[in-house]
Amino acid sequence: MSTLEIRDLHVAVGDKEILRGVNLTVRSGETHAIMGPNGSGKSTLAYAVAGHPKYTVTSGTVLLDGENLLEMSVDERARAGLFLAMQYPVEVPGVTVSNFLRSAITAIRGEAPKLRDFAKELKAGMEALSIDPSFAQRNTNEGFSGGEKKRHEILQLELLKPKIAVLDETDSGLDVDALRVVSEGINRFRGLGSSPGEHSRASGDTGVLLITHYTRILRYVKPDFVHVFAGGRVVEEGGPELAEKLENEGYEAYTAKAASA
Amino acid sequence: MGLETKPLSTLHEKSSYDVADFPVPTGREEEWRFTPLSRLKGLHDGSLAVTGGVVVDVEAAPEVRVETVGRDDARLGKAYTPSDRVSAQAYSSFEKATVVTVPKMTAASRPTVITLRGSGAGAAAYGHLLVSVEPMAEAVLVLDHRGSAVYADNVEFDVAEGATLKVVSLQDWDDDAVHVSHHHARLGKDATFRSFVVTLGGDLVRLSPSVSYTAPGGDADLTGLYFVDEGQHLEHRLLVDHSVPNCRSNVTYKGALQGDGAHAVWIGDVIIRAEAEGTDTYELNRNLILTDGARADSVPNLEILTGEVAGAGHASASGRLDDEHIFYLQARGIPFDEARRLVIHGFFAQLIERIEVPELRERVLSAVEAELAR
Repeated sequence: MSTLEIRDLHVAVGDKEILRGVNLTVRSGETHAIMGPNGSGKSTLAYAVAGHPKYTVTSGTVLLDGENLLEMSVDERARAGLFLAMQYPVEVPGVTVSNFLRSAITAIRGEAPKLRDFAKELKAGMEALSIDPSFAQRNTNEGFSGGEKKRHEILQLELLKPKIAVLDETDSGLDVDALRVVSEGINRFRGLGSSPGEHSRASGDTGVLLITHYTRILRYVKPDFVHVFAGGRVVEEGGPELAEKLENEGYEAYTAKAASA
Repeated sequence: MGLETKPLSTLHEKSSYDVADFPVPTGREEEWRFTPLSRLKGLHDGSLAVTGGVVVDVEAAPEVRVETVGRDDARLGKAYTPSDRVSAQAYSSFEKATVVTVPKMTAASRPTVITLRGSGAGAAAYGHLLVSVEPMAEAVLVLDHRGSAVYADNVEFDVAEGATLKVVSLQDWDDDAVHVSHHHARLGKDATFRSFVVTLGGDLVRLSPSVSYTAPGGDADLTGLYFVDEGQHLEHRLLVDHSVPNCRSNVTYKGALQGDGAHAVWIGDVIIRAEAEGTDTYELNRNLILTDGARADSVPNLEILTGEVAGAGHASASGRLDDEHIFYLQARGIPFDEARRLVIHGFFAQLIERIEVPELRERVLSAVEAELAR
């Protein structure tokens, strides 16, 4: 049982305040969707929680199982059980996918996997996401298409098995087939640790914070809670029905409200 | 600044076997302005006593002929004429030269390894090496510089028609070594030349690889890797002179620098003369500056005197480790030091893959690892 607890989080980039008091709690077994228009600060939330140096936390706390993530380095946060699937995964020249993943698994699990076990695990993981085996020997994200990069992010999610995953616009730029494959990966992750037979509800020991602009992915990955983000904070919360409302009405009501606030 | 800008083609015109034809450099000359002359220990003005002190040991492939010859051997100095003071000093001071011959139509069955071991930096030593690859022959050559020395030498690679020579030159000197060297490749018709330079050790290393072509179809790849530590001066001065049509050249040098006073210099001169139609050339230099106090000077020069080229370009970039690379790896739990190691490793990995001799690949990789562990 894990809990990610974000309290009154204020974040700035340079002198500009982007997040203005975000409150959000994600528990294992739960899937939260954060929806909002472009520029509302959704990605800032994801990167600030992960510890990207560009973002300065000016006040507030982020706790993972009671431990203050904000006092940790980026890698310590990941080892504490946080995962960020990035909207724009970074190309790392000369570092092969296989080398990268083995280093990451070694860091997260605290010991290097046996080469044979790793090869097997990697092969199975790639197969499940319809990633061509040749990608293992390619440089990390280099020359990958948008869809390939996103599959590669979900491959990492499944291999590293964090407690809480923040998925930043993982659905953007995916065609229907890729969206299905990626969603299945997320659902496998959601089901981790749950007892057999419960997979349909996908309420395992992992929590998901899914950041998205569109409702499309929510047809495949059903959220338990939906939060509407505007002007750097959560402006409305509800269940899955809120996503449907957004689908029909758009964000206009919220952007107007944020602008006048 | 008082520096004159002269065309490359005139800058590289001067060549002579006679030391007196080159005034003692003052440091203001274009070709010497980056080099700290006081650390040459007299190689540039002949003030250091000469006692030799670099032992040349050759482990040759069975098909390859190796000779040690005197100054009067008629084959020496044909492919290359010294083009600066130190080069001329070396040419007029060496006592014995090594001549390696790969007979025509012969493919050497294994690399020929020449180890040059210095026994001390208290006196100057001069050397000369001629590698002659006869028509349609093929060979791999390793030059392995070790120990301590104040050493200046000229190396001639004479690659005849249809022949292929692949050279790996390792400058793995002790910390106090000074090495000034010219490597010149003269390529015949359809000759192929691959040079891989790895410079790691030494107080001051100044290596000038150059290429000339005598007939069309010549093909040269010059690759280099260097790792500059605190106080080291590692300088590579490339010159590719395209003077005949339809030849190709590619220069790729990458270096990393760390520590106070670490200084890398890369000069990439490419001349495409009026006669050299159909030339295809590209040169690239990248420097990764890992700490404050390190400095990289990177100067690509491309002089094109004909409008009829197949391709010509250059690129140079010096910068720090990319924060985004490090962030991405750290976001997957990989600690900073390990992330940094992976990224630097990656920076060099694609180059190291090009080394022709697998055992050397391992050695260079582990040398890079050792540098990173400092």
